[in-house]
Amino acid sequence: MKSVLGDRRAIFALLGPALLVYSLIVMVPIFWSLGYTFFTGSIVSGFTPNGFDNFVEFFTDPTAWSALAFTVKYAVVLTVGQVVIGYAFALMYHFYLKRASAIIRTLVFFPVVLPTVAVALLFQQFFQSAPTTGPVNGFLNSLGLSSVDWFGHADSAFWVIVAVDIWRSMGFYAVLLYAGIVDIPDDIVESSRIDGASGWKLLRHIILPLSLPVLLSSVIFSINGTLKVFDSVLALTNGGPGSGTTPLTLYMYQTSFTYGDYGYGSTIALMLTILCLLVTVFIFRAQRRDLTKA
Amino acid sequence: MIPVATPNLTAPHPSASHPSAPPITQARRRRNSRTLKGVLLSVPMKILIAVILIIEIYPLVWMLISSFKTQAEFLGKSFWSFPADPQFSNYVNAFTVGDMGHYILNSAIVVFPSLALIILFGTAAGFALEVMVFKGRGFILMLFLAGILIPGQMILLPLFTIYFQTGLTGSLWPLIITYTATGMPLTVFFMATYFRSIPKEIFEASTLDGANIFRTFWSVGFPMVRNAVFTVALVQFFFLWNDLLIALTFTNSQSLQTIQVGLLNFTGNYGQVSYGPLFAAICVSVFGTLVIYLFLNQRVMKGLTAGSVKG
Repeated sequence: MKSVLGDRRAIFALLGPALLVYSLIVMVPIFWSLGYTFFTGSIVSGFTPNGFDNFVEFFTDPTAWSALAFTVKYAVVLTVGQVVIGYAFALMYHFYLKRASAIIRTLVFFPVVLPTVAVALLFQQFFQSAPTTGPVNGFLNSLGLSSVDWFGHADSAFWVIVAVDIWRSMGFYAVLLYAGIVDIPDDIVESSRIDGASGWKLLRHIILPLSLPVLLSSVIFSINGTLKVFDSVLALTNGGPGSGTTPLTLYMYQTSFTYGDYGYGSTIALMLTILCLLVTVFIFRAQRRDLTKA
Repeated sequence: MIPVATPNLTAPHPSASHPSAPPITQARRRRNSRTLKGVLLSVPMKILIAVILIIEIYPLVWMLISSFKTQAEFLGKSFWSFPADPQFSNYVNAFTVGDMGHYILNSAIVVFPSLALIILFGTAAGFALEVMVFKGRGFILMLFLAGILIPGQMILLPLFTIYFQTGLTGSLWPLIITYTATGMPLTVFFMATYFRSIPKEIFEASTLDGANIFRTFWSVGFPMVRNAVFTVALVQFFFLWNDLLIALTFTNSQSLQTIQVGLLNFTGNYGQVSYGPLFAAICVSVFGTLVIYLFLNQRVMKGLTAGSVKG
């Protein structure tokens, strides 16, 4: 029996295909991409080594800095937005709607499954100012206000991207956090109610600390996802106006495929990867410190 | 060090697992809701829920109505006006002039073979990593998990070179291969977790009865995780069908474009936007996935939240 479950040929046959395709298509390219950071050029123009020039360029390139700033700003705003709004929904599901919440949960969740490109194109028209007037500007007009050219300025375009992505994802975080709140034992909530805790006090001292683990994992998922934002920005603004709403992902894409510089593109991709890893490690560290304090 | 959510797909849905409140609690709640405060609280709550539903649903209603308008109605009439004469020709144009059918076909050609390979390879690997006994299992599982954190941008350029050098560029193979590989981490991780929850004695008994390991996998292991396989396939379907980054990188001609890449053509980079067909195309794309959600929403919700590690 041991020999059957430990049969090397069988292990090789079962694990082999997955490991092979994963290694060749994901693992090898990661290191290959690291190699590219010391070159300049593309497969069309050929590669020439240029040492650490790509890294020097990254840290002196104002577009790279603005892309980095946009990425961080977007990730922070969206993570806070997704988790706070999602948590508010989760609380509402559990404490107000109670068992009637299933239908609302299902309804609020649906934008998650919709194709991001389609949603982004829809909202591009939704916020349109010219030549057609979308519902948002139409609403402003009916209040006597003039239309806003949402996509004409980097600041307003940023908030449109944020609004669309929150629309897409709030139901998701609501369900994720709801599962955490449901897991809080009823008798704990009940006994603290009997002890006189209610409303804000109950939330602050009982519900919030007990749902901290699921909140933390939500923050990690959210920040890891939002640092990689690509689809919605590409379809909504394509990084514009100028490069005002260009995140690192899109800047990497343009550098590599529009300007044909694989070396610099790989460097930007590496910086993004380091950013993702740093943030995850940082949040884990912060959480561990909190646990020892408590 | 890697965020690991326990995929509790096998556990019943939150609402079902919600322990039924003891009688005292129910009585308390009923009393609360009958008080004046309870009634007052419920009115703003109802308004809030109505607002939420409007925010969720109105954009789709507007999209549907708009998809029947003429170009003149888009440019001349206000956003809330109804089409005087519903233009079904917008949908016809989306498919004939806009080539939507071709994009959908390309997506199907790419997504379903990738899904089959992801499930087959991923389940086998999950089985090997959890049921079978060998050194380095933990390390290999970590190796797969590491792939979840890496942004897709990190692997695009070497892959572009590989596909270019091997002559695969110009076909749909780069998409199928890349999707299969990038679907691996989450699937292997899920399947390993499911196999962990099955008592090892079952597989030991099967091998004692004389089944070889492949038969044990195929006739004993696979049917036991069938439900999980379906959920994982559903989750991966949405990830692949909605993907833009990989599809955009490896489709160098219009004849290869998938539905997400093809949709971008409708915004008219080369002239005036034809609004009717644009909205018709968005509608087709949105309602396609919405229909799946209509029938399988509970499973989709469970699966996607369990797959949240992917970010």
